[in-house]
Amino acid sequence: MKKSYQVDEWGYYGTFGGAYIPEMLYPNTEELRSQYLKIMAEPEFQKEFNQLLKDYVGRPTPLYLAQRLSAQVGCKIYLKREDLCHTGAHKINNTIGQILMAKKLGKSRIIAETGAGQHGVATATVCALMGMECIVYMGEVDIKRQAPNVARMKMLGAQVRPATSGSKTLKDATNEAIRDWINNPVNTHYIIGSVVGPHPYPDMVARFQSVIAQETMEQLLELEGRDYPDAVVACVGGGSNAAGAYYHYLDREEVRIIAVEAAGKGIDTHESAATSVLGREGIIHGSKTLLMQSPDGQITEPYSISAGLDYPGIGPMHAHLFRSKRGEFISATDQQAMEAGLMLSQLEGIIPAIETSHALAVLDQLNFKSTDVVVVNLSGRGDKDLNTYIDYFKL
Amino acid sequence: MSTRIEQLFQKKKKVLSIYFTAGYPKHSDTLPILESLQEQGVDMVEIGLPFSDPLADGPVIQQSSTQALAMGMTTEVLFDQLKDVRSKIEIPLVIMGYFNPVLQFGVDAFCRKCAEIGIDAVILPDLPLTVYEREYQEIFERHGIQLIFLITPQTSDERIIALDQASKGFIYLVSTASVTGSGSGFGQAQVDYFKRISDMKLKNPIVVGFGIKDRETFSQATAHTDGAIIGSAFINALTEKGTAVIPEFIKGIRG
Repeated sequence: MKKSYQVDEWGYYGTFGGAYIPEMLYPNTEELRSQYLKIMAEPEFQKEFNQLLKDYVGRPTPLYLAQRLSAQVGCKIYLKREDLCHTGAHKINNTIGQILMAKKLGKSRIIAETGAGQHGVATATVCALMGMECIVYMGEVDIKRQAPNVARMKMLGAQVRPATSGSKTLKDATNEAIRDWINNPVNTHYIIGSVVGPHPYPDMVARFQSVIAQETMEQLLELEGRDYPDAVVACVGGGSNAAGAYYHYLDREEVRIIAVEAAGKGIDTHESAATSVLGREGIIHGSKTLLMQSPDGQITEPYSISAGLDYPGIGPMHAHLFRSKRGEFISATDQQAMEAGLMLSQLEGIIPAIETSHALAVLDQLNFKSTDVVVVNLSGRGDKDLNTYIDYFKL
Repeated sequence: MSTRIEQLFQKKKKVLSIYFTAGYPKHSDTLPILESLQEQGVDMVEIGLPFSDPLADGPVIQQSSTQALAMGMTTEVLFDQLKDVRSKIEIPLVIMGYFNPVLQFGVDAFCRKCAEIGIDAVILPDLPLTVYEREYQEIFERHGIQLIFLITPQTSDERIIALDQASKGFIYLVSTASVTGSGSGFGQAQVDYFKRISDMKLKNPIVVGFGIKDRETFSQATAHTDGAIIGSAFINALTEKGTAVIPEFIKGIRG
């Protein structure tokens, strides 16, 4: 019998998900919930979305057989080249979809949160494209760490507002964006950057990212004569690139779903972001999911060298994949990820984002057979991380 | 038998309710603040259970929550501080917090503790109506703990009626589309909104919160409603002058 790992009518993946939001946000999320599937199904919307993905983002992204990497790991590895998307990562698939959604809903003002700045840049980009006002919340600490992306957002015409509360990182930037939405309930659309937040965000973002799996199926059919691989590997912070890469394979049990979390300095060190290991069921940013928290239910600070994986929760879809054992969860430390980033650079001439490097770091631990066809979602390029790589390897 | 909250609204108009963060400004201040508020004639108190990520609150309450947590406040510690509260405090007590700490404590255990201590009601802004009805209403009712729901200027009439039906004790009228502590006085739009909701003749008394900070806003908020809650302005006063400010602060509101 076919099991479904997709969201149910209440907005849950198994027991995870839902919309745990203050009443102030109810009209906004309800408007979105009641409209998003209808709008996404409109031929006009589909046409505009697909056209922009093609002409503006540069899709389809290649599915590249990485021969030297394959030889090293001992199986057939394809890289899904999301790093070649405009702005350098998969994030823009979602922001294109959501900006079109915002227009359909008659919104004139866009807000977003960002950690490393990738989602902020992708949001600022589509706002420039559509001529919409754009405000990006970013932790004060991240603003200092990610100066080039802050400059990119400003150049694109966005206003970058520092989140000065709490730990002054992604979690706090998300809090500030949610507060902005409470304060501006009528004209504003909140473009969440990952498969997190209240229903319908996790499902909507996963659907916009599902173009990754859709293309993978078509490309594999051409390259391998079958539309599925033996395994799909992706890194998971909130989990949007992973959700997109897994999407059409969730109900196909012949495909291994492999999620790689950031172990930071190590799972036992208190400086980690491996939520599936360290987290418990709870509520974060409007969603019931697995999250890192104190025994008392206070949300704790994660750590990873990668700002994009430095989030104390995972999307509810991923929590369900973990709990149901459909997904295999594994983690990579800072050191393993950095070394994998260097390895890919020198084996294939591709410098990956540090987030993506986590997915590359575990390939030799997954017991692939020599005949296995494996797709690794190469979610982003590493230009933004050059300083971190330089400092780490003393280049 | 009618509850403390019902009795309060039966006998009093223009109820003054004060919100403060448990364990702030000092860890041991929770009880002294309650005693002082009762002594000054405050009608009802919301005790804030601090949370690391209070989405519906502005910087004042977030800051006080962060400090209270840093000084060791937890759900368990709060219940311990409050264990004999009913030997001294007679006014209705409401715990206001976010859902995750309650979920981690256990909803049943939380409600049982509230009942033992003599807490009358709970406000959990991020526990939505549908989830409450489906999963938790039976638990709250079994322990006799009333759950208070919020309505906002954007809430539809149909939903206001549903929230009023589910709410027990009073209904919390959020004055403006904003987080807490961002009020700069009420205009005609808010006063009209208070009157519109009042004219709906809900089953629950209406208590206005968010943006009430002085005598004028309190008087505007209660002109058409049953009461008002002051939070951020009170916490600001505590931050500046400590608990000794309470008599002066309350006189400033009520005269």
